[in-house]
Amino acid sequence: MMEDNSPKVISDKIPFYRDVRFLQVFFQILFLIGIVLLAGFLYSNMLNGLKKQGLELELSFLRTEAGFDISEGIEYESSDTYLKAFSVGVVNTIKVSIIGIFCATFIGFFFGIARLSSNWLVRTIASVYVECFRNIPVILQIMFWYATMLVLPAVDESISLFDSIFINVQGVYLPSLEGTAGLIPWLWYLLVGIILAIIVVLGLAAFRYFFEFRELHETDRPSFISNIIFGAKWVAAPIFLIVTIVGWFLTPEVPFELLQPELQRFGFVGGMNFSPEFTALLIGLTVYTSAFIAEVVRSGIQAVVKGQREAARSVGLKESQVLRLVVVPQAIPVIVPPLTSQYLNLAKNSSLAIAIGFPELFQIGKTMIGQTDQSILIFAMIMVSYLIMSLTTSAFMNWYNRSITRMGRSK
Amino acid sequence: MNENTTNDPIIICEDVHKWFDDFHVLKGITTTFKKGERAVICGPSGSGKSTFIRTINRLEEHQRGTIIVDGIELSNDLRNINLIRQEVGMVFQQFNLFPHLTNIKNITLGPIQVRKMSKKAAEEAALALLERMDIADQAYKYPAEISGGQQQRVAIARALAMEPKIMLFDEPTSALDPEMISEVLDVMRELAHSGMTMLVVTHEMGFAREVADRVMFFDEGVVIEEAAPADFFDNPQHERTKLFISQTLQH
Repeated sequence: MMEDNSPKVISDKIPFYRDVRFLQVFFQILFLIGIVLLAGFLYSNMLNGLKKQGLELELSFLRTEAGFDISEGIEYESSDTYLKAFSVGVVNTIKVSIIGIFCATFIGFFFGIARLSSNWLVRTIASVYVECFRNIPVILQIMFWYATMLVLPAVDESISLFDSIFINVQGVYLPSLEGTAGLIPWLWYLLVGIILAIIVVLGLAAFRYFFEFRELHETDRPSFISNIIFGAKWVAAPIFLIVTIVGWFLTPEVPFELLQPELQRFGFVGGMNFSPEFTALLIGLTVYTSAFIAEVVRSGIQAVVKGQREAARSVGLKESQVLRLVVVPQAIPVIVPPLTSQYLNLAKNSSLAIAIGFPELFQIGKTMIGQTDQSILIFAMIMVSYLIMSLTTSAFMNWYNRSITRMGRSK
Repeated sequence: MNENTTNDPIIICEDVHKWFDDFHVLKGITTTFKKGERAVICGPSGSGKSTFIRTINRLEEHQRGTIIVDGIELSNDLRNINLIRQEVGMVFQQFNLFPHLTNIKNITLGPIQVRKMSKKAAEEAALALLERMDIADQAYKYPAEISGGQQQRVAIARALAMEPKIMLFDEPTSALDPEMISEVLDVMRELAHSGMTMLVVTHEMGFAREVADRVMFFDEGVVIEEAAPADFFDNPQHERTKLFISQTLQH
């Protein structure tokens, strides 16, 4: 008798309830239906509740007069609409977030690198800074800085730095750059410079790509993009600079002037003013976030393996070159994702300004909620605004990270 | 002695000691390497052989004794350290290529930044080196895109691009798949015949027997035996050496 030694293969027709392909799709659809039902239930529940109170979701109130004052921000009067008032809040939030992100990044990188210093004193100071400021609630810090701002000297006894920055109980006064009558003609030169530069770069890149490197093998030939970068660096930048600088001297009036704040009878006039509320919020957010960014930077640098530094040293690079050419380029891709979430935290934490009365998005939204019966809608508007800002930041940072991370696909 | 070895000393080590905290890794190494000499350093793991060659370009600091490389004393003087690092090339077990740079940029980094060579000249030299390593076609790829054996050859090219007088190899084939070991050893063999002074930490006993002028055996931080390869392998003096050779050759 022959014995069958071939392995048994189970290949019956699979019933649908055991078929992996079917089950995957099935559960996803089930999940989706569940979510839609739940959302629908909550929404109709909310509408019913509002109806019982005699309220309806209605956007038209945005076109009515707001009737409240806002202490600072873009041009606005109390007779303007709610929509205008809301936009003042949006701009103020964006302003404090952008300046805050810029400063926090700078300070954070400084302390992050300082924490890895071989110098004991530098290292210790950086550690103390980081451990203090990231372990105290940020709202407390903001209120502390606000209290500090309010005990600064009076206007006529301002603390003066270099005779151009003045700090007093009304906030910080800085020189500002103002366009003059010469600005518009100069902008034309600027435009000409840009157009000229683009034409030259494209022409040069095309020439290099199609003629100069033609005989090279395709893989060795610099890409069209790299030719554009080459041109931008060596040709466009000089042309642009020359045109704009020549334009600067050809315009009858210097396009910009530096306006110094000046003490007059009723306080400082001219220049830029950061109110005590804005300053306190900015310092609070910047200091708090920079402590976290310092940690992000430190861990990013430490993530670069020791062998990389050793290899860099062994080809004779100096310590500063090791850091700049080998360590930092590898640390940046590690740093950027957590850095992005710190940026988002900073922007979201700016809503804590409600504690000190800086008129940002949440503060103004809160006032609007108090004056109208559209709390749900206004909350939704505020949330959507934060969401849009955050998603835009994320998208930009992701794009940045992709554009700098090129290490080749591993085999 | 090979045809390239001279009598001029290029590395002089006098009573070199090194501690890692309480652990005494190097317990007084005294030896001299001559220009053009090929020394293979072997020994069990933890014997201090890697640490020893790493002290020669100051990747590890020695705490007692003197090391003189090409007439320059390795002290705490930053200038001396940098000068010596320019004269000494190093190849690592894990290759340590810079992953964010293409292979050719890995090679030209040192010449451009340290030797202040023009980009064009550095690239020409790099391509010639890659040609010599038989991997010219990999120049514009990233390290992650090529095999381990190719990466190690790029790493050797990177070290050679600085035109060093001495090459240190720290277990250059230990992280490689068996079929890639020979391509790296071939390159090293070729380099040895060109007259380069080489200090090689390796377990490749065949390579040692064929290429080395001298085999040094490290154990517990001291050189317990050193001899020409023929004597070392066929007539070891020390019990510890005999044991090591019999164990290594079994594999």
